[in-house]
Amino acid sequence: MSHPHPAFILFIVAFVVALTRGRLRQTVLVVGTGLTLAALLQLDTDTVWRVSTPRYTLHLLQVDRLSHVFGLIFSLITCIGVLYALHLKRSGEPVATLVYAGAALGVVFAGDWLTLFVFWELMAVASLFVVWYGNSARSWAAGFRYLLVHIFGGSLLLFGILLYLADGGDIALHPLTMAPDVSPAAFWLILLGVAINAAVPPLHAWLTDAYPEASVTGSVFLSAFTTKTAVYVLIRLFPGADVLLWAGVVMTLYGVVYAVLENDLRRLLAYHIISQVGYMVAGVGMGTAMALNGTIAHAFCHILYKALLFMGVGAVIQATGKRKLTELSGIGQAMPGVMLLYMIGAFSISGVPLFNGFISKSMVISAAAEAHLPIAEILLVLASVGTFLSIGLKLPYFTFFGPDRGLQPQPIPPNMVLAMSVGAFLCIALGVFPGLLYARLPFGATYHPYTTDHVVSALQLLLGTGLGFWLVLGKLGGKATISVDTDWLYRKPLTSALSALIVSAQRIGATLEQKRIVALEAVTPYIQNPFLVLQRIGFTPSRISLSQHDGVTSQTPNHTAYDENTYRLPIGVTVFWIVVFFACMALYTL
Amino acid sequence: MKRSWPIGIGVLGTFTIVLDFICRHHAHAKSWWHITPAFDLVYGFTGCVGIVLLAKWLGVAWLQRGEDYYEDEVR
Repeated sequence: MSHPHPAFILFIVAFVVALTRGRLRQTVLVVGTGLTLAALLQLDTDTVWRVSTPRYTLHLLQVDRLSHVFGLIFSLITCIGVLYALHLKRSGEPVATLVYAGAALGVVFAGDWLTLFVFWELMAVASLFVVWYGNSARSWAAGFRYLLVHIFGGSLLLFGILLYLADGGDIALHPLTMAPDVSPAAFWLILLGVAINAAVPPLHAWLTDAYPEASVTGSVFLSAFTTKTAVYVLIRLFPGADVLLWAGVVMTLYGVVYAVLENDLRRLLAYHIISQVGYMVAGVGMGTAMALNGTIAHAFCHILYKALLFMGVGAVIQATGKRKLTELSGIGQAMPGVMLLYMIGAFSISGVPLFNGFISKSMVISAAAEAHLPIAEILLVLASVGTFLSIGLKLPYFTFFGPDRGLQPQPIPPNMVLAMSVGAFLCIALGVFPGLLYARLPFGATYHPYTTDHVVSALQLLLGTGLGFWLVLGKLGGKATISVDTDWLYRKPLTSALSALIVSAQRIGATLEQKRIVALEAVTPYIQNPFLVLQRIGFTPSRISLSQHDGVTSQTPNHTAYDENTYRLPIGVTVFWIVVFFACMALYTL
Repeated sequence: MKRSWPIGIGVLGTFTIVLDFICRHHAHAKSWWHITPAFDLVYGFTGCVGIVLLAKWLGVAWLQRGEDYYEDEVR
């Protein structure tokens, strides 16, 4: 077993973590994730694990340069995220996050459709629990909606895969954009299923709904895996699909616009996940070697700086208990370390030179220019303006700077600061030495980020945005509102329809019950006295009396009210007839 | 912060415009904005203001609701 599958190592670690507590658990977490990273670094490209079943050959582990670079960043972020969450004492959340990370690695290294799907669904289940570990009523509700959307997406994906296989498609993964034997139905179903996980609008609302409701430590993991795994699958299966180019461009602007309105800190970051994933999706859509390299580099860098941002914001939420911009202000003096580390993440996402966002985002934008897509290029630059505005200017201004509200932040556990420092270090290291990342990119296109052109453009863009921010500062104060997004469709009309159905069903039931009682009251006298019917009609029965006062049986018509005891026979008569009946039966059968 | 911010930006911006004139390569320019000096300054400024105005308008006209709009949140 010289090439262990990193996903299975994480599953074993998760199992052991579930059984341990305290210091031992912490040691297992750190060592286990470190081992996974080491094992991954050991994997050569072209390692393959094949499992043969009678019908198909499954490729459980298939390493090439593309899957290796994704596997690398996934294991790296698992180490950092686990470090950030090391202080959790009794929670089962580390188990869920490790299974989630392992499943993501499983998808990345899958070489065939079946393996891909199994790990894909495992990711959905594990991430559902990560959302639920947010442990509030809102987490419960958001988790259920998350589950619904992912079941739907998974079903679409499965349907597409089955159609493709039924049409005679190969079990091994190949790009569908270049396969001649793909039916449109299978193509679109698989694309939609993957696009849901990539949070392409209008199917993105699950992300902004669920990610802010997880715990402070859980959100870090959530931000890293689901969307980037989907991006990986898109690179694998749909390179050059034009629809992705425009979907990606729309995504970048969509996320940025919603983020300007957003008041909840983590939901603001979640909208920026959508925005940055838009760059990646657009890159996949462009399909050129530089675009795909840019997409991979952007995914790598994004995981690092987005996790750093979530960690920073998480530290603020943990320390103050507040999660909204309208409730926070002036924290910077009390939490300078967190502020500094957050700003490193903010500069990274904004594409400031010397930070890692600069080396990846500009690659995607340049790829658009090289591919003669000026509209796409200029819109992607616009989204970059919006990113710096929201994350680099608005959020820090209203959280860290501004008048001190006298919030007394609690001290945060040192492992959180350590994890953030590791993330920040990596962001800067990649920004200063981009070759470290570029060397691992699979597609053969070279790019030099530090040319005067690129640096001057980037600086000018940032300065221009800063000036614009200063001008519209008054309009940017958060209001205590929420923004309606596409999840409105299944939250408002559906719940209203359901409540209406339930209420009307209750009303119908109550009305029927009343009517039943009224009917019963009307019918009961007739059950008690069957002759009442005749009386009502007008015919009165004569009363036969069995008393023999005069020695003469007399029949006197009597108009008194019916007394049900009048015609009762003694029980002996009934017994007599029963005996007669059984005697006849006995005679008949013998 | 109020005054120093635009002043600082003005200084740095002028510096970048100077760099622009010195260093912008016209060799592999694909579109007109690659070779226009100070384009990104203007684009950043107008883009920023534009995005904020657009977002605010969308919010007021359509998107923003009270925090307990989805009743299931209030528990």
